[in-house]
Amino acid sequence: MPDAVPAPDAAVQLLDPSGTRREDARWGALVSGVGAEQLRERYRDMALVRRFDAEATALQRQGELALWASGTGQEAAQVGAARALAPQDHVFPTYREHGIAWVRGVDPLQVLSLYRGASHGGWDPRASGFHPYTLVIGAQLPHATGYAMGVQRDGDVATGDPARDTAVLACFGDGASSQGEVSEALNWAAVFRAPVVFFCQNNGWAISSPTSRQFAAPLARRAEGFGVPGVQVDGNDVLAVEAVVREAADRARSGGGPTLVEALTFRVAAHTTSDDSSRYRPREEDELWATRDPLTRVEAHLRATGGADDAFFDAVRAEGDELGARVRRGVREMADPEPLSMFDHAYAGDHPLVAQERAWLEGWIATEPEEAR
Amino acid sequence: MTTTATRPAPHAEATAPTTLTLAKAITAALHDAMAADEKVLLMGEDIGRLGGVFRVTDGLQAAFGEDRVVDTPLAEASILGTAVGLALRGYRPVCEIQFDGFVYPAFSQIVSQLAKMPARLAGAGTVPVVVRIPYGGGIGAVEHHSESPEAYFAHTAGLRVIAPATPQDAYWMLRQALTQPDPVVVMEPKRRYWDKGAVTAGAASLAEAPALHSARVARPVSAERAAAGGAVTVVAYGPTVRVALDAAQAAAEEGVELEVVDLRSLSPLDTGTVVESAQRTGRVVVVHEAPVFLGMGAEVAARVTEAAFHSLEAPVLRVGGFAVPYPAARVEEHYLPDAERLLDAVDRVLAR
Ligand SMILES: Cc1ncc(C[n+]2csc(CCOP(=O)(O)OP(=O)(O)O)c2C)c(N)n1
Repeated sequence: MPDAVPAPDAAVQLLDPSGTRREDARWGALVSGVGAEQLRERYRDMALVRRFDAEATALQRQGELALWASGTGQEAAQVGAARALAPQDHVFPTYREHGIAWVRGVDPLQVLSLYRGASHGGWDPRASGFHPYTLVIGAQLPHATGYAMGVQRDGDVATGDPARDTAVLACFGDGASSQGEVSEALNWAAVFRAPVVFFCQNNGWAISSPTSRQFAAPLARRAEGFGVPGVQVDGNDVLAVEAVVREAADRARSGGGPTLVEALTFRVAAHTTSDDSSRYRPREEDELWATRDPLTRVEAHLRATGGADDAFFDAVRAEGDELGARVRRGVREMADPEPLSMFDHAYAGDHPLVAQERAWLEGWIATEPEEAR
Repeated sequence: MTTTATRPAPHAEATAPTTLTLAKAITAALHDAMAADEKVLLMGEDIGRLGGVFRVTDGLQAAFGEDRVVDTPLAEASILGTAVGLALRGYRPVCEIQFDGFVYPAFSQIVSQLAKMPARLAGAGTVPVVVRIPYGGGIGAVEHHSESPEAYFAHTAGLRVIAPATPQDAYWMLRQALTQPDPVVVMEPKRRYWDKGAVTAGAASLAEAPALHSARVARPVSAERAAAGGAVTVVAYGPTVRVALDAAQAAAEEGVELEVVDLRSLSPLDTGTVVESAQRTGRVVVVHEAPVFLGMGAEVAARVTEAAFHSLEAPVLRVGGFAVPYPAARVEEHYLPDAERLLDAVDRVLAR
């Protein structure tokens, strides 16, 4: 592998792939509150998100979704990051952040409505702190930075009140790191000391382009040039990601400005259901990363330390089956939006042309022959 | 925050009309909007201590502090992108683009993010960002400082696009833009920045202001005169309103009356006012600095033709820039539509 893609065990790691806890005073202290019970919660999150993802992939194959972008393999990065956040924190996601959406309480069916082609998302970011999926690569990073400038102006930084101080998580991929807006946002946030955590999930690939086509030096090293701390973390280690993002979010909330976190992980599936990764990705890479699975190591650790037994894992599996059934039913029963709803939110205020065209379509639909409807 | 917040100046109340340049009318509007709404903030390159390259934001940083008049890094995409984020947090950012030709790095944020965010949010939030663009030619500038990109924005659903032509409209329209919920692109006619006019300012004056998206008959022709024939409707906006009024004066000396309609708003378009005038005169010429091909004039011509076909005595003609990149300044006078070229089109619709 090229230098830009170092092995994850050279990055911050607290649980190695075999499930053995590595001694690390600095990073370990940041997850001292994660005992067996909390680790079981994180396992449950990851397992349910993986199950949800498998169900979504199946639904796409059955023609119920237009597309699906699988997050399988990235559960630890997403759940770990989300678990490091406070309720008042905000997240600006890509289109693959299903694990973060889950932890923030976004209804999985709303995520699927986007991929079904029934909406552009439509969940309420004010309720979850989880903003709309962004499909234009990198465009959400300036949004996150601007949002963080608003947080600063609201005085919600460095008050010392843990229920008030606010951080913003800006998600992006290794491919996105090549976009100008990503560098602009990093620089901008650094200049204004905005409370942003720049969270890159380096999953090895941007569709068919390997990370060696995106950067010639490790991404995390870029941080130094922007004057911010940069950390590389094993993105398949839920504990390590939580520790690293917690430190970065604490720094942001306390007025210390942004941090760049690079989580080394792997996109197990193809880019989307429309992609075929066997055309460009060597099979050995899939095999290597199968030995670094984010769930397996937590299960091994919990079993070895007596933190969980068969009953727990059976219960999670059963819960996954229920989630799968709910998602299947929900998608199959999902009604198409009313055609006229396309006019509803083009503008928040009155707009005569939109009103006129809406009235026209309404009349057109009303006069259409029944069978054409 | 590292900056000092200075007390805002007391809110100006409706005053008797004062004479202001168009640029200073915008300054006054920004000042009053910031005093009225603490969520309004200004962002842009060199807008703080310098007051902007056209001095439109002069004095505002001193009045409102560095957190509300933000000298940004030199990155247009992020000026717009961070404004979207600030709006999602409940702020009302006003972004200054230094010159028309430098808006393109921000184009993706304007077209794919700002314009589409409300539909994406489906009611769960708004992004009332105002983008100010000094635009148009005629100032003898180097490349990229004289362009008219309004059609790109008017073509984009989700945006509102306005182009004030007078100091009073500049004041009113900016104030109105800063109290409504949608993104607005303000095309500011930079070569008219120094034109003077009477401005009634203050919150109370807004009650007299026409609706943001209405056109204005800047020079009316009486119904009798129009019925007698030999009258032509000239549709203009921004910098060409002055051109149209100059042409009208010259035409009047030759017995031809021009009714000048100042569009004010490019999206939505006040088709009704234009059509009503066209129905009375039967002849329409549209004039703008942007290239004629697929410009605002094409839309006006199509809509007038659809709505007033039977009133028209001649095809709607368009006068504007050519299908070439904006030329070097020493020949721009041959590119820009002037009163002579407009009058030539007037002669053609009159078959003179
Ligand atoms: C501006 C832009 N260019 C191209 C695309 C098409 N596209 C969608 S995803 C993708 C790859 C993104 O890779 P990365 O940032 O690494 O994220 P990942 O998909 O691996 O999660 C591309 C090229 C796009 N959505 N936006």
